[in-house]
Amino acid sequence: MISSLTLVLSGQAGQGLKTIETLIVNAAKLQYHVFSTPEVMSRVRGGNNTVEIRISSNKVYAFKDKIDLLFLLNDHAYDRISERVTDNTLVFGEIDFLAESVKSSLGKPYETLSIGALAKEAGNSLYGNTVIFGFISGLLSLDKDSGKDLLAKKFGGKSENVLKGNRMAYESGYEKGRKFSHVNTVKTSYDVKEHKIINGSEAIAIGALAGGVNYIASYPMSPATGVLQFLASKGNAFDVIVEQAEDEIAALNMVIGAWYAGARGMATTSGGGFALMEEALSLAGITETPAVVHLAQRPGPGTGLPTRTEQGDLHLVVYAGHGEFPRIVLAPGTLEEGILLTQRAFYLADKFQVPVFILSDQYYLDSKAPIAPVTLDQEALKSFVVASDKNYLRYKFTESGISPRSIPGFGDGLVKCDSDEHDEEGTITEDFNIRIKMNDKRLAKEKLILQDYIPPELVGPKNYKKLIIGWGSTYGVVKEAIESDSVSETAFLHIKEVFPLHKSIKAFASEGIKVAVIENNARGQLADLLKLHLSIEADERLLKYNGAPFTIEEVTRFLKEVF
Amino acid sequence: MSNKINPYEFKEKKDMAWCPGCGNFMIRDAILSALKELDIPPAKVAMSSGIGQAAKMPQYINTNYFNGLHGRGLPVAVAIKSVNPELIVIAEGGDGDMYGEGGNHFIHNIRRNPDIVHIVHNNMVYGLTKGQASPTSPTGFVTPVQVNGVSNTPFNPIAVSLSLGATFVARAFSGDVEQTKSIIKEAINHHGYALVDIFHPCVSFNKVNTFSWFKNNTYYVDDSYDRKDFQVAMQHAMKLDKYPLGVLYQDKTRKSFEDQLNVYEKDPTPIIKRPRNLHQVSKLYLD
Repeated sequence: MISSLTLVLSGQAGQGLKTIETLIVNAAKLQYHVFSTPEVMSRVRGGNNTVEIRISSNKVYAFKDKIDLLFLLNDHAYDRISERVTDNTLVFGEIDFLAESVKSSLGKPYETLSIGALAKEAGNSLYGNTVIFGFISGLLSLDKDSGKDLLAKKFGGKSENVLKGNRMAYESGYEKGRKFSHVNTVKTSYDVKEHKIINGSEAIAIGALAGGVNYIASYPMSPATGVLQFLASKGNAFDVIVEQAEDEIAALNMVIGAWYAGARGMATTSGGGFALMEEALSLAGITETPAVVHLAQRPGPGTGLPTRTEQGDLHLVVYAGHGEFPRIVLAPGTLEEGILLTQRAFYLADKFQVPVFILSDQYYLDSKAPIAPVTLDQEALKSFVVASDKNYLRYKFTESGISPRSIPGFGDGLVKCDSDEHDEEGTITEDFNIRIKMNDKRLAKEKLILQDYIPPELVGPKNYKKLIIGWGSTYGVVKEAIESDSVSETAFLHIKEVFPLHKSIKAFASEGIKVAVIENNARGQLADLLKLHLSIEADERLLKYNGAPFTIEEVTRFLKEVF
Repeated sequence: MSNKINPYEFKEKKDMAWCPGCGNFMIRDAILSALKELDIPPAKVAMSSGIGQAAKMPQYINTNYFNGLHGRGLPVAVAIKSVNPELIVIAEGGDGDMYGEGGNHFIHNIRRNPDIVHIVHNNMVYGLTKGQASPTSPTGFVTPVQVNGVSNTPFNPIAVSLSLGATFVARAFSGDVEQTKSIIKEAINHHGYALVDIFHPCVSFNKVNTFSWFKNNTYYVDDSYDRKDFQVAMQHAMKLDKYPLGVLYQDKTRKSFEDQLNVYEKDPTPIIKRPRNLHQVSKLYLD
């Protein structure tokens, strides 16, 4: 049985929530499993932002609604999340952060935490975040020396005074926090002590590097920018050209140009940005140029909710681009999958000369947890590029169905690619017969792609009577709901390669099995694809589209009361 | 190589999609001669183009090419050059392709200064879509869409590129193949972004800016012209009664986009030839 504690820090943009989050999860992982996820407003200063941190005895990777410990960082940090407070929630904050009437409505006494005064005592009111870090460390009985090491890492570059002041702030926070250590009954675990804390953006960027990415062109857009920035920070060390394109149209055309000339390119964007890339996607389709696109979903349509989460763009990527051509869509649900599926994306793109999507979302990208050591696949770096001879034909009809791809300057031949329908050489043609043969050649790759299908993961009992199917970022929440609430007849199928869908999926939902599909969108886009391509008819669709991820409570309630 | 057959020519005659008498034929002659005289092997050249009659040029030159989307010749070209600087990269298209649909790429790639040649066929009209106004069409120009005449101010690619800091700006006239060829040769030899805007008549759809109109309304800058002088170049660029021809501006001091990329600071090896070390990658997620 999982024992866990849910902490929420509520403040405003610009207050340093991210800094506290990073310090706490890195200190806590030495003694517990941890998970954290922020939810922020689309602004640089002000508003109300929160971060949830879960401390647990076992691996957790899911958002919980109900709060055990709430820390208010200003006087307007409570109202928006009051529904997440229960009679058992302990609320901490400065004396004037809550109105008296609200204080008296709480199930437990409001705990005054004089962050400002303690920070000033330590030398500077800016040390408030360190006081909170200290307080929570004391409450969780975290190792003091490790906490101070983290501070040294964080403030090591600053003056001796700053480091000293932060240490003092940490100490005084810690002492205050000790008084609440009885609140914490989570069993310690040293499982992830050696594991690094990363978020989804980092996982995908690392996966791209493992897949050989050496070119990324993108236009900044939330929540896709984290991948661009992480790759930029590693670009010098890994020989990656990182270019901020003038627009998304340029970005994907540049990525295609880079692949044409022999690089492994990627673009990272969100739904709106990808909409601008659609013509280029179609270009990749007809020219049979590989491409990798990371699409970080956020709620649309239009500008939608720029900083929130949704799984609303599955159909967008499956149907994007005019004309008919194959593509592959991979959706990671864990940090480990973020690395491995992204690495795989480059291999598949190169092998089949098709566009490959990594489909993530804001919740996945911003959530942090310790990552288990994964084994990278050396095979993924294998290049399918061939040297050309004098008679080289870029679009040669071959038995395998794949025309060997060469690049300019590699051999004696010439590499001619055309966006118009073309003959084997790559010259424009309007010959109807060649058109049919070329179109058939491109579409036939879908069969080959399915031979390399990435199998789904089944969680729960093998002899299940009910099956809940999900994809992408719903993995953690469904897994935890299934495993912690002994719904013994229910299993969970997590689909990693969401397009094209392999017929083997059908066997998981054989006759007599009741099927539900869970999706963070309004209509059930995967459920529609399952019906269309595999004739799997979902009995239930558990959908959510308010901009927030599913909570453990929602999934549990659905499993117990509806499904 | 000068006496041999031009390696950029095809063994068999190609069926070209251009109208008889089109200026594109002369531009093609100029490009072919330029490449041959510079003795560059065809496998070393990569052309990138968009859509339009001008953008079909790579089809008729025996070299590597990527004939992509309307307006998007430049982003593809810039990417090719940056991942493999050993290639000679030429982006080519018409005035609608490069200044209209691809206008944003025109602006921002001048700022990048990639080491590519940018050839723009400027006939002041849309050919492939049959006669609508282009960004460079003169005001008052009547077309099947602009039935009351063009009201927009014509786009001035020379002045725009100069103002954005282009390091090589030239204008040619297709009627003069010899001069066009030598301008293109200079553009290829320039290390940085090189714009060659080529005036040429559209015999099918532009009855205003004809061969003789171009002849009568252009002049070559003379031998005393100082191409390093930005102010002088700008003065010529802003002349709207008669249009200057020749290399109007060149700045050899600015580093190219590729030269400024960190990946090439210490090592000129194209990034496509460098292996990835998975052990180094795994350190990013192992504590």
